[in-house]
Amino acid sequence: MVPLSWYLIFSAALFSVGLFGVLTRRNAVAILLGVELMLNSVNVNLAAFWRYGNVTDIAGQVFAIIVFAVAAAEVSVGLALVISIYRKRNTVIADDLDMLKF
Amino acid sequence: MFSSTMFASILPEILLLLLGMVILIVEPFWKEEKRRNVGWLTAGGLIASIFISLAFAQPGEPTSALGGMIRFDWFGFFFKMLFMFAGAMTALLMMDHQRLGARGEAYLLLLASLIGMNLMAVSSDLIMLFLSIETASIPLYVLAGFMLGDDRSTEAGFKYLLFGILATTVMLYGFSLVFGFSGTTNLYQLAEMFRVGAITPLAAFGILALILVGLGFKAAFVPFHFWAPDVYEGAPTPVAGFLSTASKAAGYAVLLRLFLVAFPNPSLSAPWTLTLAIIAALSMVVGNLLALPQTNIKRLLAYSSIAHTGYTLIGVVAFTQLGAASVIFYLAAYILTNLLAFGVAMAFSQATGLENLEDYAGLSRRSPLLGLMMLSAFLSLTGMPPFGGFVAKVVVFAAGIQAGYTWLVIIGVLTSVVGAYYYLNALKFVYLRRMPGEDEASHPIPLSRPYALALVALTIGVILIGTIFAPWFNWADAGALNLF
Repeated sequence: MVPLSWYLIFSAALFSVGLFGVLTRRNAVAILLGVELMLNSVNVNLAAFWRYGNVTDIAGQVFAIIVFAVAAAEVSVGLALVISIYRKRNTVIADDLDMLKF
Repeated sequence: MFSSTMFASILPEILLLLLGMVILIVEPFWKEEKRRNVGWLTAGGLIASIFISLAFAQPGEPTSALGGMIRFDWFGFFFKMLFMFAGAMTALLMMDHQRLGARGEAYLLLLASLIGMNLMAVSSDLIMLFLSIETASIPLYVLAGFMLGDDRSTEAGFKYLLFGILATTVMLYGFSLVFGFSGTTNLYQLAEMFRVGAITPLAAFGILALILVGLGFKAAFVPFHFWAPDVYEGAPTPVAGFLSTASKAAGYAVLLRLFLVAFPNPSLSAPWTLTLAIIAALSMVVGNLLALPQTNIKRLLAYSSIAHTGYTLIGVVAFTQLGAASVIFYLAAYILTNLLAFGVAMAFSQATGLENLEDYAGLSRRSPLLGLMMLSAFLSLTGMPPFGGFVAKVVVFAAGIQAGYTWLVIIGVLTSVVGAYYYLNALKFVYLRRMPGEDEASHPIPLSRPYALALVALTIGVILIGTIFAPWFNWADAGALNLF
């Protein structure tokens, strides 16, 4: 069987790729995609820990399902806000959203 | 399986849900011009829910309910009542907002967010905690970006959402690691794991740092504060007031329960409290110094709220019962005070459309009542007796001294002096400056009934909590006792 650490390394890599995407991308939709990657790395973690831990305790699985549901809700609100900005200002580039500044 | 405790433990949330359903049913039958009355219904319903909960759902001995998902105790109950009161006041302040007032869904989103915050205060399971944090946050993202035609509002909503989901995702990664290392998601079982040392201190420290990112975002302390000024400025003012008070307090409720219950191990808490102490010091310094050059009142209040997060953190750093009680008391006083400050800013910009400090010149002559309310709010934020902010600062500093963090308290006192400068500077415009070349009497500021009611109630609250503070502090202390 594949050792648990492989899954954890994979999930950490996925998390880092997602975080890198969030911090460097300028397109708002791409930023949301980066967040999705990070959320999926959490799911990989949860599923792996559940499988290699106490399999009869379903907390890990339940947690992963709830993460899915919440991620969908978050991204739908995010895309709605992106669309409302796009309609008014014709841009989805995060750098252009600079009306509120110090 | 089913017991009355189970029902009582979530009675406030059930009432909020019912209220939301009533609003959904009633709202379409009201004509457009009468639809702002949904605000009266929301505020009245929330106040009624507070009284019903006080009558029928008072917790006794702390117990776990709903399969260990929530903890039914005074700590959570006290926070719930605070959130619902803040929600009622926010609903009143929303009523005369041009874009929010006549929209039933705005009140519904407020109630949805309140349900999430109520559950945040009582959750004792990581799954429940994550779900309730998201339930509280997602409606607030929508509310912050509610004014669709307004560029600043949508931008504020989007920025809030981006920071919010990034921070909660990092926290969630921390949760998944906690679950992996300990095999449980229940906070009270986790506490046992940490006590016997099932997790090495280094790993625990890393996990805690991840979790702190999410909570730091909610409570807006340095270095996770960047969103606050932008969002407060762009969001509709009542929503900004709600964000800076109830949402922040909910973050602290989770922070207190998580750190005092789940991580009591001293070998872990020693480096941990030092980290929090440094964060507290940075929040006080950065918040107060950046507030100095602000000219927009909402941005000023945003930086002042970052500074106040720092003062509140002193109580968490103390890691004692007095510390926890002082945090609860501070948050109660702060919710009243800051809602009052945002309410005054709201009433003023409603009448004049202006938000800059210079525009407040002559306010005391244009509306003596509003001037007086602003005086109580800003003096309370400064920490002057007889207002709530004074006693709150005293107990927080006392808890810090008792726990041996004298250096932190000294920073707190010094930065309070810096704070006095910009609060009094704002009051200078209100009381000493005159409107340039105008007769103030010909520019009165009308106060509509919901504003007058909310602002008077908050002013009385700020003075009450500062003068007759013993019962309030006893409640806070009873809540804090449940954590030990």
